[in-house]
Parts: sequence; C-alpha cells; structure tokens
Amino acid sequence: MTSLKVEKTSSAAERESKNGLATPAVRKFLGRIGTTVFVALVLAFFAIPILWLVFAPFDAHPSMNVKLPEFTLKNFAVLFGDSSALSSLRNSVVLAAGTMVIVLIFGSIASYALSRVRIPGREFLLYSLLLLSSIITGTAAMVPIFLLMVRLNLIDSQLGVILVLSAGMLPTVIFILKDFMDSTPKSYEESARLYGAKPLRILWDVVIPIARPGLATISVWAVVQVWGNFLMPFILLTSPDKTPAAVIMYTFYTQGGQPNLALISAFSLVFSFPVILMYFFVSRRYGFRFHGGIKS
Amino acid sequence: MAGITTEHLVKEYPGGVRGVDGLDVEINDGEFFALLGPSGCGKTTLLRTIAGLEKATDGKIRIGGKDVTNLEPGRRHIAMVFQDYALFPHMTVEDNVAYPLKIQKVGKQDRRARAKEVATSLAFDALMKRRPAQLSGGQQQRVALARAIASNPDVFLFDEPLSNLDARLRLEARTFLKRLQLDLGVTTVFVTHDQAEALALADRIAIMKSGKLQQIGSPREVFHRPANTFVASFIGSTPMNLVEGTVDGSTVLIAGTPVPLPSSAVDHVIDGQKVTWGARPEYLQLHAGTQPYGLPGTVTVSENLGAAMLVSIEVGDHLLKVIVNEDIEPDLGTQVWIASEPHRTLLFDEDGARIAAPSEQISHPQTLLANKDSAITA
Repeated sequence: MTSLKVEKTSSAAERESKNGLATPAVRKFLGRIGTTVFVALVLAFFAIPILWLVFAPFDAHPSMNVKLPEFTLKNFAVLFGDSSALSSLRNSVVLAAGTMVIVLIFGSIASYALSRVRIPGREFLLYSLLLLSSIITGTAAMVPIFLLMVRLNLIDSQLGVILVLSAGMLPTVIFILKDFMDSTPKSYEESARLYGAKPLRILWDVVIPIARPGLATISVWAVVQVWGNFLMPFILLTSPDKTPAAVIMYTFYTQGGQPNLALISAFSLVFSFPVILMYFFVSRRYGFRFHGGIKS
Repeated sequence: MAGITTEHLVKEYPGGVRGVDGLDVEINDGEFFALLGPSGCGKTTLLRTIAGLEKATDGKIRIGGKDVTNLEPGRRHIAMVFQDYALFPHMTVEDNVAYPLKIQKVGKQDRRARAKEVATSLAFDALMKRRPAQLSGGQQQRVALARAIASNPDVFLFDEPLSNLDARLRLEARTFLKRLQLDLGVTTVFVTHDQAEALALADRIAIMKSGKLQQIGSPREVFHRPANTFVASFIGSTPMNLVEGTVDGSTVLIAGTPVPLPSSAVDHVIDGQKVTWGARPEYLQLHAGTQPYGLPGTVTVSENLGAAMLVSIEVGDHLLKVIVNEDIEPDLGTQVWIASEPHRTLLFDEDGARIAAPSEQISHPQTLLANKDSAITA
C-alpha cells in the first residue's frame, strides 16, 4: 500500500517537473527519502540484537559483534551435552505451566464474580489492586516475599515460586478477564439459570467458552512472564536442579571467568523458541494479534 | 401444566422505583396471556419476576397452586425465550436444544433423541449441526422455542418474541406461534409493546401502565370496552378519538354540536356532567351533506392506508380521525359531517374511567382502583 503510494507520488513528481512545477514536488520526494532512511536506521537498531541471536549460536567463535558466522553446530552439541541446561528448560516449563493453570482458574472465577456481583467499591477495589500490583514490583517486594516464604516453608520449592508469580499476575489477569466477562450477554446466563444450572456450571458451560479468546491471551501472557522472569526464581530457589532456564544462563561462564558466549548464544536461541512457537500457535488458533500483550 | 397467580406482587428497585406495583393477576391453565403496555410500564419486570430472575419485594407468586415466590428460577419448571433468543454461540443447534436436558442429567442418547424430535416438529432438523450465527433470525427463533419446549416446562415465558424479526417474517412467526401454543396447550405468558400482536395472539390481555394494571380482558373486551381512556388510546392500530364534551339530555355536546349519548352510558350520567367522548376512527362515517347529530368539520389531512384512507378532520379545536373506504377521498379543505352510532361510541368520566353499568364492567376489580391513580395523565 505504502510503496504503491510512493511510486505514484514519484511519477507525479516527474510529470510535474516537466511542467516546471519542480520545487515543491522534489522537496516532497526528498522528504520521503529522508523518512525512509530514518525508519530504516531505527529498525536496524532494534534488529541487531535479534540478528546476533540468530547468527551467534552458529558461529565457531561467537563474540559481542554481529557478523556472518563461520558456520558450526558445535555450540548446540555442547549445550545438549550439558545436563543442567536441559533440566533447567524442563523447570521453566513446570513453572510456566503451573502459574498459567493457577492464574486461569483463580482469575476466571474471581473476574466472573466481580463482573456479576455488585459490591460497593468494586471499581475502586479493582483499580487499587491493579495499581498496587504494578507499583510494588519484584524488587520492592523482594525482602518481604522472601521472609514470607521462609515462614511458609516454601523456600527452594517450585510451588512457592508458582504461588508468588501467580499472586503478582492475578490483579492484571482479573482486570483483563473482567472485561471479557462483562461483554458476555446476561441473557445467556439467565437462560442457563432458568433451566436449573448452578453458577459454577454456568461459568463452565457458557461464560468460559465465550471468553476463550481472553483466556488464551492470559495464558500466553502468563507463560511469557514466567519464562523470562529471573528475580523470583533466583531468590526463592537454591538447589541447581530446580533452577529455571532464565536463571541458569547466569551461570554460564568459562573457566577464565569470562561469559561463555558459545553456550549463552545457543541457549538463548533454544530458550526463545518455545515462546515464539506458542505465539504462532495461539495467533493461528484464535486469530488475534498482540499489542504489548493486550488483545487488540 | 399450571396456572399462574400473583397476589399483591410488588417489585421495587433500589431508589424506590416500582417496576411492578401491587399486581393481582390470575392466568389460567393453558392460556395464552399477553402483558401489554408502553415501554417502561413494568411488563418485562413482571415477566422476570414470575421467572424468578428478579426477586419480588412483596406479595406472592403461585405456579400451579404452589408458592414459588422464594424458589430458585431453575426449580419453577418454566422456560423462557429471551428477546435476543440467548442461544449459546459456541454450541451447535443440537447442543443448544438439548442443553436443558443436560442440566437435568438426561443421558446423551435420550437427549439427542428428544432434540431431534422437537427439531423435526418445528421443521429445522436439517440445521442440527450448525452454529446459531449461521442461522437466519426466524430460524434462531425456532431453535430458541425448541430449547424451551425440550425442557418440558409447565409455563412458557416469552419476552418480546417477535420484535427481532422483520415485518413480513413477524406475521408468519405470529401465526406459527399461535398454532404452536394451541398444539402444546402450555400456559404461555408473553410480553409485547405492540397492541396488534397482543390482540392477534392472546386469549387474554393485561394492559399495564407505570407498574399498575389497567385492564385484563379478552382482545374483544379491551378493544370494544376499554376500562379507561389510557386503554382506549393504546389499543387499536389508530388510536381512539377522545374528545371532551358535556352531557345534555340524551346527547353529548362537543364543540357546541350535539352527538348521540353512547348507549352504554345511558342512565349513568347527569345533565351538565363533564365527560370524554370516545369513538374509534373505524366506526365513524363521513358525509358530504348535513346529518342529524353529525359533527361538522374541515378535512385537513388524508393518509393512504392501502385499502382505506385515514382522514383528519378539524372540528372546532379538536382533530378527529376517521377511516373511510379507499374510494372516498375527500379534498382538503372541504366541509364534511361526521356521523356516529350510539352503540359504537363510549363515554369516560373526568377521571378517565369508562361510564357504564356495573354489571357490564367486565374488567378486573383492580382496574377501578388503578383508574383513579392514572386519572391525571388520562
């Protein structure tokens, strides 16, 4: 569409220049070139890290520079030989899946109740939950959370990490899901109610199927959040066999104390793969696009 | 099968607005009953209170003699068809129809068989595997009806069942609905704001205004003997002419001209009483020459209704409407005389209630009370 427009304008500019109306048309043409170059530079700036991610793992001598690789698969051989790297991926899956399940169950029940039951100060409650949960993020809550987990005897437990991560995400999840629940017509539920269905039955039979795109959004978002989370598992888990991928990467150093770029780059690529796959799967299946994690 | 009785039913919303205000209604077993009124009159609130979707503030509801006032909607053995049909968009037609049975824990085979049976009787068994979004409005309505029928209820409740259909389909669906109700013989209550729909479908009609009952009666009764001026102006495709006048012997003086006293009001009025004279446009005749007891007036507007003409005539300060045969099309501005028959006209008192012998007042006792409350607006 855009390229078509550019062509049109440039041919129009040529025609106009023959008629002696060159100056404004040429200026417009040059302006367009300027914009295009600027956009290309910005794109390159953001593309370089991604290019590194694609090229470095296949480079025999990976460095911090982006360059065409001296092709090799040796880095991956090293990675798959490292048992802690593989088990860390498994741990990440456990954490992500566990958090997703908890967030989906509690998020949908809570948002359904908040959407349907009129309690005084409901909006205030929702907004303050959302606000507080986004202000008091991981770093600020680090110490109290650690102390709480010590008291609950949940240190070095994957369940502990799952609970903490779920609790941090639930306000946002409830906020987003409540919107989906609100948009389900009341007559659907009333109809089911007249035939004798109980609230949980109505939620399961009628509301959840209709709110499915919302639940899919939440699932992907929850998995992405947990997959990339470093701080909470780093603080709460101590044994190496429970550490997830995001934390294990931190331990990839050479004997000389330098970051082991060969291992880090290969692991990064493997690490980002599941999230990308999941995006394509959900996007294909439910046909919605992401804009910063929120349904368009 | 069951009749429905409400005893002094009140539904008050937070803020003190009464959607239903002290209603005593008795709906007989197997009856096709219409709740009619302008929007905001409380007819839908009444229906939802009978269904149990709204909790009654005061009073009692009985279905089949059993007090259901505090019973969960799911235990009242009723089925409701919503205005938007409320078909579940993620289920096939078959699953939609079978859903009530699924809740009742009927086995899958029996559920399917029953859905098939109902769908065949409503002639949409070819659509069983479709989703509601792939159906036309008329088909969706049938599926919604089928779902209601499949649950084997004692009572059907319809909330504006025809208002989502286009005009032509609505007529077809109306006939279909009436035949279906006759076949099933299940007590049916339906809400409508369309008086023509109520007249066409119902065995009896309850006309409501501001949460209060105005009149209950058969279509014939509410059309010919409206209890008050509100009912008189609400029923009928063209509203009844209501003109103020004064009783003078055996005539009513309207804009200085005497018209015959309506026969139902004879012996129930006194000389000089201020009254409202009511005559339906269909029952007035137009004459080009003078008539004894004819109202003289000037033709101001004439509207074509197809097989008939609706003519507006200025009589003094009043504008009267008369329906005439399509062959008579009086020119604008011509002088005409309007003739009326005593047994086709009605008389209302200053409070708006109809003047007639008590024995002839077929309406519910509640009506007379309600009339007093609505007098000011009437």
